[in-house]
Amino acid sequence: MSTRSSRKAARLMLSPSVIVLLVWMIVPLAVTVWYSLLRYNLLRPERTGFIWFRNYTNFVASPAFLSSIVNTLILVVGVLVITVVLGILIALLIDRPIWGQGIVRILVISPFFIMPPVAALIWKNMFMNPTNGLFAEAAKFLGLPPFDFLGHAPLASITLMVAWQWLPFATLILLTALQSMSSEQIEAAEMDGANALNRFWFIVLPHLSRAITVVILIQTIFLLGVFAEILVTTNGGPGTASTTLTFLIYKEALLGFNAGTAAAGGVIAVILANIVAIFLMIAVGRNLDA
Amino acid sequence: MGRITLAGVTKRFGETEVIPPLDLEIADGEFVVFVGPSGCGKSTLLRLIAGLEDVSSGQVSIDGRDMTEAPPAQRGLAMVFQSYALYPHMSVRANIAFPLRMAGMDKAEQARRVEAAAEVLNLTAYLDRRPGQLSGGQRQRVAIGRAIVREPAAFLFDEPLSNLDAALRVGMRLEISELHKRLATTMVYVTHDQVEAMTMADKIVVLQAGRIEQVGSPLDLYHRPQNRFVAGFIGSPRMNFIEGPEAARHGAHVIGIRPEHVVVSQTEGPWKGRVTVTEHLGSDTYYHVHDTGLAEALTVRAPGDGMAAPGDEVWLQPDMDRIHRFDANGARI
Repeated sequence: MSTRSSRKAARLMLSPSVIVLLVWMIVPLAVTVWYSLLRYNLLRPERTGFIWFRNYTNFVASPAFLSSIVNTLILVVGVLVITVVLGILIALLIDRPIWGQGIVRILVISPFFIMPPVAALIWKNMFMNPTNGLFAEAAKFLGLPPFDFLGHAPLASITLMVAWQWLPFATLILLTALQSMSSEQIEAAEMDGANALNRFWFIVLPHLSRAITVVILIQTIFLLGVFAEILVTTNGGPGTASTTLTFLIYKEALLGFNAGTAAAGGVIAVILANIVAIFLMIAVGRNLDA
Repeated sequence: MGRITLAGVTKRFGETEVIPPLDLEIADGEFVVFVGPSGCGKSTLLRLIAGLEDVSSGQVSIDGRDMTEAPPAQRGLAMVFQSYALYPHMSVRANIAFPLRMAGMDKAEQARRVEAAAEVLNLTAYLDRRPGQLSGGQRQRVAIGRAIVREPAAFLFDEPLSNLDAALRVGMRLEISELHKRLATTMVYVTHDQVEAMTMADKIVVLQAGRIEQVGSPLDLYHRPQNRFVAGFIGSPRMNFIEGPEAARHGAHVIGIRPEHVVVSQTEGPWKGRVTVTEHLGSDTYYHVHDTGLAEALTVRAPGDGMAAPGDEVWLQPDMDRIHRFDANGARI
């Protein structure tokens, strides 16, 4: 790739894929922005026209908007906290040489192989169902009244399901980071009089900081778009108790048939995701330097 | 105080016995070097003393107190690792202060000790840098600094110079020796390099396959090696070994003669051979002499202005007083 002609050839051969990717990205975004400025309701196709930012004000002013943002944040932060904390603990456990290590590791990562809707349905029907779920049985065995998870704590229940799905990812990344830890550093800390807790806090955790950053960044991107788990369990309810921003857009578009408002919501979601990404990069991204 | 006593110490990894029963006494203030070929168990022995490995049987005592079961931190020893094992996310200052911080020492006293250690090791200018921004020699000094601030009973060094280049190694060797003179603290030093052992040690422990072959001062080992292994291991270039009738003439199974105890002559001598390779070091010249009928090749050390060229016939005059005699088991006669 050094001579001028080979560089030209490379550019020529790369251009089709670059152009396709660009079109693939730009056209939907442009169409979304365009729709978001139109009066566009599928139930009243005769009412059209350019209405500037009315869709945006309608979307933001709707009572579900603010709660959907709060719900999204609770879901994302809750899942991040659970997966990072438990992920570190599990990674520390399965990093130890134990009998049947291979099997244990496969078991630990297996939730990742299960499709989100399937996992959510299993949680809903087999575990959390208040009449014949396993949790209800366990509560009855202990003499307690069964708890209606999805009815009374819908967002917490969904957070739990999503965290269960993403725990293997966090564990796997953190485990590989743990395995790159130099044993001499641990031994040096041991000689320096650090007990197990101090070794974890001063030596292991700083070593894991980069991996934790990666986990937080990647998971946030995916968690902002969590949808299937909500659709198959609570459908955003009761009321709007478990409606996230993504789910609110879905409701506008496919339950309210209001393409214009949904498009505006989509654009708002993109902007908010970018704001979150910028904050994340400032807060934890510096761990990726050096 | 730093008197370390090993009594009947053994170490087994599963079925393999790495260290057969071993006794060793290290006196307070001594600079002891464990030397031997790789895999001889010298590092394992050091880790047993440090408490990073459990002994399979036997007793490790420090200053007369039984420390066999004590965790590393309670033994009052400090260790410098081959990879330095610095904490990469902490500044040099925090690295050196870490053992003090773990001991719960107050901040002012920590700072005072860190400054003092940095002064001794010429690290004052680097205290706020990260280990990643330092050169190999500086990292080495930080590791030593982290060890000396604790004022330990003894220092343990695990091949600390093997990651440095040759010139730096000579410099650091001298610095560690000077440090020992100044602190007068017991030091136990592991190396595979017999030059390091000879130049630094008060007492050398030569190990092979976990067994102690000989313990003694450097010159003791050089002049009176107890067996053929020690004779071959200590000294550079290696001692020449001659078997067969020539050895029998001296009443031994094998005789050994160091390259520096043979004079090369172009006219006369008891042994005759042909030079195949010459190595000029400036101060010395090493001749590799073949076709002597005694051994496959003899190495001879001559003054730097030696005249013989490859292919020349030479006569060798060994210093008969300095011939080492060994029996069939390799033990000194």
